Amino acid sequence: MVALGSVVYWAVTRWRVDGDTLRVETGLIRRQSLQVPLSSAQAIDLVEPFLARVLGLAEVRVRTGGASRGDARLCYLRYSDATHVRAGLLAVAHGLHEAVPAPPEERLVVVPNGRLVVAGCLTGTIPASLVAVIALAVLGSTDPAVLVASGSGLLAAFVTMALTAWRRISTEWSFTVAEAPDGLRVRSGLLSRAAETVPRGRIQAVRMVEPLWFRPLGWCRLELHLAGGVKGGDRQQPARLRRALLPVGTLADAELLLARVLPGREAALTRPPRRAMLRAPLSYHFLRAGVGECCAVAISGRVRRETVWVPLAKAQSLRAAQGPIQRSMRLASVHLDTAGRYTRATLRDRAAPEAVYLLEELPGRCAAARNLARTRPGPTSATGQADLPAPADRALPDA
Amino acid sequence: MRTCASIGRMAVGRVEITDVEAPAAWRRPSPKLRTIRRLEVGLVAFAFAALGATVADLDVGLTTAVAVVGGVLVLAMVAEGFVSRRYRSWGYLERDDDLLIRRGVLIKRLSVVPYGRMQFVDVTAGPVERLFGIATVRLHTAAAATDARLPGLGVSEAARLREQLTALGEARAAGI
Repeated sequence: MVALGSVVYWAVTRWRVDGDTLRVETGLIRRQSLQVPLSSAQAIDLVEPFLARVLGLAEVRVRTGGASRGDARLCYLRYSDATHVRAGLLAVAHGLHEAVPAPPEERLVVVPNGRLVVAGCLTGTIPASLVAVIALAVLGSTDPAVLVASGSGLLAAFVTMALTAWRRISTEWSFTVAEAPDGLRVRSGLLSRAAETVPRGRIQAVRMVEPLWFRPLGWCRLELHLAGGVKGGDRQQPARLRRALLPVGTLADAELLLARVLPGREAALTRPPRRAMLRAPLSYHFLRAGVGECCAVAISGRVRRETVWVPLAKAQSLRAAQGPIQRSMRLASVHLDTAGRYTRATLRDRAAPEAVYLLEELPGRCAAARNLARTRPGPTSATGQADLPAPADRALPDA
Repeated sequence: MRTCASIGRMAVGRVEITDVEAPAAWRRPSPKLRTIRRLEVGLVAFAFAALGATVADLDVGLTTAVAVVGGVLVLAMVAEGFVSRRYRSWGYLERDDDLLIRRGVLIKRLSVVPYGRMQFVDVTAGPVERLFGIATVRLHTAAAATDARLPGLGVSEAARLREQLTALGEARAAGI
């Protein structure tokens, strides 16, 4: 069915580049005409779904940053043609002539596949199998019938887990991160492959997760939180806003990527006062937070240590909350919210005077960071596309 | 300096997160909000008292019925106290670049929403609110967690605030 749909889509779609506008005419029954001003395209990606890849075909997807319906899909082209088309569109998007070749990329990190497999198996499997073995030993010692019943249940659980692990490993297979002038380029995939671009200005927050069994190995996972849609865009846009920048990597890899994604992210981290230990007996161990020049940083979690960086220029609002226990202990939590559903940095259980100080100080610093990002669009640009400079200002270094 | 003020407050003892800016600068929702909340408490109390008293009178006796009414009255007084405190805790403050909203009795909350981050402002009024001539103003940013709601503003004040916020939001729009 999917294949049939794709063939029909291919058969009814025509596209051409007109000045700096990409026009796509598509639709079998309802004709749809899409015009994408390339200078405002968020990213131009190369996607190879499994079936197409088998046939040596690829799809060029022009992301507009709004709802995914607004994306122009040019499918399917031969792989070599697709790379050419992509380079051409990219050049037009940057206000250059169509024939200018794609800018070179600097390869930053390649995740070894072996590490991916180990990490995929570690996630979820170790604790689950431990619990399962203990449960079996306890139950099985009394009654063999129970052993059989629980054994089959276990098998089902393992199959589900294996499927999840497989899905993860196959999407993250041969994971490569490269840096291009228009953003970070993330390539991955075992069956279907995708090369996707993450424009820097859309990064709302970066999260580093270190689960219990990654820490002894010195591994971690980096996630990016991206803005869904630009100003006034589709507010209901789901998914794909949280994406792995590094599925599993060493701390050195993470450091390298973080330096590219969030330059100037350093902040002096401090612990909450000791009295907070009563309120957060477990997580106090790792609990740290701080606000630096251009980022707020918060570390939390005990089993899974999570570090969240929120650029001050991206903070949407600032909240503070103080419950009765916190009030009696003179503590308070401060949250920096960023666009999206779950992204925020929580400076948990800070001393109340510090929280008040932050509340008085941070709005001004956020505003300053926003203005700076607006006047000097760079890696921490605050923007939706409205704030991007004219294409000429973004000329590529090699042009 | 503000910092000194904060540290000064620490010396006093309890530091409340909502103690930002001068207390006099904060504006409050209309007292009609408190009236509505009190009416709600009164109605519920009346319903319980009437039901309880009738049942007690039929089943046990008059003294029990009087006791039930007394008990309900005491509970209603407690509820009234809570409702009034909650009303007093609401406050908002329009600063040059952002709007501050504070609320909460048990859990104190304070939100700071920069005007430039506002996506839209909506004003709603339910049937009871309309009867009393008040409305709720809600601010939306791109962050789902932003929690900026102001209930019980007089209709004219709500309209003024909406216009003001929209104008400021457009002037300082910062996108995402």
